[in-house]
Amino acid sequence: MKITVAGNKKEYEEGITLTQLIEKEEIENAEYVTVTINEEFIDRDNFPTTVIKEGDTVEFLYFMGGGAR
Amino acid sequence: MGIVLKLKKSDYDKILEHCENGLPNESCGLLAGTVDGEVKTVTKVYLLTNIDASNEHFSMDPKEQFEALKDARANGVGIIGNFHSHPETPSRPSEEDKRLAYDSTFEYLILSLQERDNPVLKAFGIDKEKNVTIHPIDVVE
Repeated sequence: MKITVAGNKKEYEEGITLTQLIEKEEIENAEYVTVTINEEFIDRDNFPTTVIKEGDTVEFLYFMGGGAR
Repeated sequence: MGIVLKLKKSDYDKILEHCENGLPNESCGLLAGTVDGEVKTVTKVYLLTNIDASNEHFSMDPKEQFEALKDARANGVGIIGNFHSHPETPSRPSEEDKRLAYDSTFEYLILSLQERDNPVLKAFGIDKEKNVTIHPIDVVE
């Protein structure tokens, strides 16, 4: 199936879960990533059970913060 | 040659104004743009809210981050970096900045307003081992 991952068209097998997609995409520091699918934020607890579907658009957002000290 | 960041003067001014308006707190935002080999070109600056509202640390609002990313995608580019201000300290990544730099492909810009009449903007790369490299900023008209 064809999906869009971080702005790029990709081909993945049917039935892949969000957790598996994160592994295959080799996302750095995945524990600090927020994910949207078709503009909906996905709860981290639901990553393993969220199945990616044909035509989905997946985006990864890192937590961004810091401190001056 | 190493990585060079190209930034329009108008975008530099936008960052400076946002950070000055945010004082005494830290301010933050995102940079959309393109990467061509070692040349990274900023095409748009997004001014975000520091949801910590603090003069010593910042966190971006994920919803605002996503709106910026969506806009960048619509313009055919990606988010290539971020910026934040240090109101009272120099332009260099703190230990917390390094610890929270999760994307080693990003440009991390820090604007120091320690000397109000001499703002200092620097760009840094932070790799997975948390080594910091300064990248020259080419401010273009």
